[in-house]
Amino acid sequence: MSEHTAYTEGPKVPARGERETLLEIDGLSKSFGTVHANKDISLRVDRGEIVALLGENGAGKSTLVKQIFGLMTPDSGTIRIKGDTARIKDPKDAIRRGIGMVHQHFQLVPVMTVAENLMLGHESTKGGVLDLEGARQMVRELSARHKLSVDPDAEVEDLPVGTQQRVEILKALSRQVDLLILDEPTAVLTPQETDELLGVMRELASGGTSIVFITHKLREVLAAADRCYVLRQGEVVGGVDDLTHTTTSDLASMMVGRDVVLRIDKAEATPGDTVLSIKGLKVKDDRGLPAVDGFDLDVRAGEIVGLAGVEGNGQRELVESIAGMRPSVAGSVHLGSKDITKSNARDTNNAGVGHVPEDREKHGLVGGYSIADNLVLNRYDEEPFAKGFIRDFGAVRNHAVTLREEFDIRSPNVEAPAGSLSGGNKQKVVVAREMSAKPQLLMAAQPTRGVDVGSIEFIHRRIVDARDAGAAVLLVSAELDEILSLSDRIAVIHDGRVVAELPGKGADRTEIGRLMAGDSDAGSDSHSPSH
Amino acid sequence: MADPDLPPAKDAPAPATEPAPTDTGAAVPVVAERGATPPPTGVLGILVRHQAIVVPILAVVLAFAIGAILIRAQGFNPTYAYEVLFTHSFATESGLLATMQKTTPLILVGLAVAIPLKVGLFNIGGQGQLMAGGIGAAWASYALRDLPAALIVVVAVVVAVLLGAMWASIAALLKTTRGVHEVISTIMLNSIAVGLIDWLVNGGPLSDKGQPFPTSHAVPEGARLLPFLKLIPWGLPVALLLSVVVAWMLKRTTLGFELQTVGRNKFAAGYAGIGTTKATLVAMALSGGLAGLAGAFELLQIEPYRYQNGIAGSLGFDGITIALLARGNPLGTIPAAVLVGAMRAGAPTLQFQLGIRPEVVDVLLAITLLMVSLPVIAKLIFRRHATKQTQLAGSWGA
Repeated sequence: MSEHTAYTEGPKVPARGERETLLEIDGLSKSFGTVHANKDISLRVDRGEIVALLGENGAGKSTLVKQIFGLMTPDSGTIRIKGDTARIKDPKDAIRRGIGMVHQHFQLVPVMTVAENLMLGHESTKGGVLDLEGARQMVRELSARHKLSVDPDAEVEDLPVGTQQRVEILKALSRQVDLLILDEPTAVLTPQETDELLGVMRELASGGTSIVFITHKLREVLAAADRCYVLRQGEVVGGVDDLTHTTTSDLASMMVGRDVVLRIDKAEATPGDTVLSIKGLKVKDDRGLPAVDGFDLDVRAGEIVGLAGVEGNGQRELVESIAGMRPSVAGSVHLGSKDITKSNARDTNNAGVGHVPEDREKHGLVGGYSIADNLVLNRYDEEPFAKGFIRDFGAVRNHAVTLREEFDIRSPNVEAPAGSLSGGNKQKVVVAREMSAKPQLLMAAQPTRGVDVGSIEFIHRRIVDARDAGAAVLLVSAELDEILSLSDRIAVIHDGRVVAELPGKGADRTEIGRLMAGDSDAGSDSHSPSH
Repeated sequence: MADPDLPPAKDAPAPATEPAPTDTGAAVPVVAERGATPPPTGVLGILVRHQAIVVPILAVVLAFAIGAILIRAQGFNPTYAYEVLFTHSFATESGLLATMQKTTPLILVGLAVAIPLKVGLFNIGGQGQLMAGGIGAAWASYALRDLPAALIVVVAVVVAVLLGAMWASIAALLKTTRGVHEVISTIMLNSIAVGLIDWLVNGGPLSDKGQPFPTSHAVPEGARLLPFLKLIPWGLPVALLLSVVVAWMLKRTTLGFELQTVGRNKFAAGYAGIGTTKATLVAMALSGGLAGLAGAFELLQIEPYRYQNGIAGSLGFDGITIALLARGNPLGTIPAAVLVGAMRAGAPTLQFQLGIRPEVVDVLLAITLLMVSLPVIAKLIFRRHATKQTQLAGSWGA
């Protein structure tokens, strides 16, 4: 891969205004049937700047970048790249013109090594044999140049998500991009990985690469972007050229057209009896290594306990074990006086545990099923949804119609496949299902991940309502803001056990952050982003 | 850079306790951003929406077109050949009976492939399961030859169903306990069934040594299922009824919901407390039972009413063609089985009347199978309009 030696070596960044305009979009529109996904959008990206595209799910952000990357063709309007207005035929064409894209769902071959993935699609050979050594060398060079440490010989499937994303970025960089598009790059990342990514982005930008990144996390915009465009219902409704004096509330208002309450109003908790009692729980992860390692926690009726922690500290295994989806190796879980340590998923659910799973696409929903069927996914064989072994579609439908209304699930009807909904609405389906069963314990894992601001607020409100109705709530989230705004009590998990419990009121971010990180620094192959 | 600490929005106004953002919501497109492709319009739109029917018909038409070339190459008029084939199968008394006799097991083995497909399993073992059922029926009918005929039939059928189910369950158990892929195990079980039965009827405990060729004992005369009104084989209404029952089971019952949930998303099934193991065992046992029943009918309603080599022909494998042609739809197995049955029933006539080698029918079926089992073809035709499931995520240069 000798072509990569030609990569632009860190040029000096010219002052604002003198910068070359890399991408200019003018009056771009794209409709699907009667829906205007993009309406008369105009924007500009200069060399070496980070531009955020901010908007709720369904605002048209992905549609926009897909057109820039040649995955879709605009109905009207122009996309000018370095002054060239020629139509972008396909992604290959886009890459040729210096545009790279990292999709939200990675396009990597899991069983191949990092180097193999990088050379995929433009393999070079030495004497008829794949030049793997060259590819390795290229990975090392790119890694070193961009301070993105990755082992070229690691198999992609063994890498954590954050590192896989780095591989994706390296892959794009290896194609010598001037403009890198990141589609919701932080949606799959831990807070720590997010910080690293933002650092990487700044690093790349200072090296002259322009970055367009899609997000709906306000804080990331402020932390990383030079400028931002806010999209709503397919239109650019606002933009900020200088983000230094902007607050998250400003951005949020622009996004949803009103002020969003980021800290929810809730009454003082009135905790009752202990509902969930976990003692000395030990659970292994998929690789057979201890993930939950002597975990103790009580959750009482009428309180929200937020479990804060850097992802990968056993939260997933803990939640799955409580839910009966993963066996524990030691310890006990009690729901009230009932021992549910060994209960399977169904019995746990019937005992009164509602579970909003971390990965709604994988566990929470069957995409091909209707909204109505998904709303009874774990109660399909119970009265009134089935009489004996025969399902009662009337009851299923009525149930769905009620919940669709109550939980504001935006869909044409309840027969629409759940897979066709936006992230926020998918999550509302899951939340509606789990809450409608009036569980004693509501376990919500990352309940608002990848969900738009409007839905976040709605789901938060529902969680508080469930608490007020007397449910015990265990909230597991990688979003510290979410933990802080919802929790009556906060438990911090590190290395599979609770390292601290503190009251939610007046909890200090930095203190929790310190606890989350544990005593030693939690970084594995991380680097500190330099400025 | 901005202060990483989120300001707690102290100035948050109270009215926002109302959850539903109705003011912003109304016009937000309900379609997900990613993967959302516009519904195609016009003729293509109609084709895409009716893919379930269009694809199989296209496959059959293409197969017949290619078959026509092959028949032409043998020096015959393809139109005339097809006319002879189907005239015999549908418009002559003996041909129609043969068509229905062929259709009976074909529906059943079609179902035997279609049900596991719903669970995400590919049952290649219809052949072996059918043979297990057939030999079971042969054994039972001979062992009980002194009992009343009706009882013989009932017991023979039950034994056939159980043996077929058992044969399929071996593959299911290997899958659930040892993780053996069902395609591998069912193929192997087919071969095992062939070898085992060869031995049983060729000098083994079930062989009729009074016959000059390897065979089982004949079914006692009274227990032979002669066509009802000399026209309709007994098994046909049973098979038709069963395909309706299977369709109903999948759509209306909790068991059907469980099977399909596992097939569509086994992780969500696990989350909902639906066991993949149970679904695998149940689906395979059901299909084995259906294939076993097909074997019983092959034995009880078709001359020479004995289990002998080649009795099963390629019925079990035709089941794969049928299930794929029906796109896994239990009711769809009926027309698919009728088509295949008619082709099988008419094949000998091609030779008698025209001298065309009957293997041309095998070729036709093989091409049809190739067509329906290549989603690639559908993808080529429907390209970007393909449904989300079949569509690969757009990637570098996709």
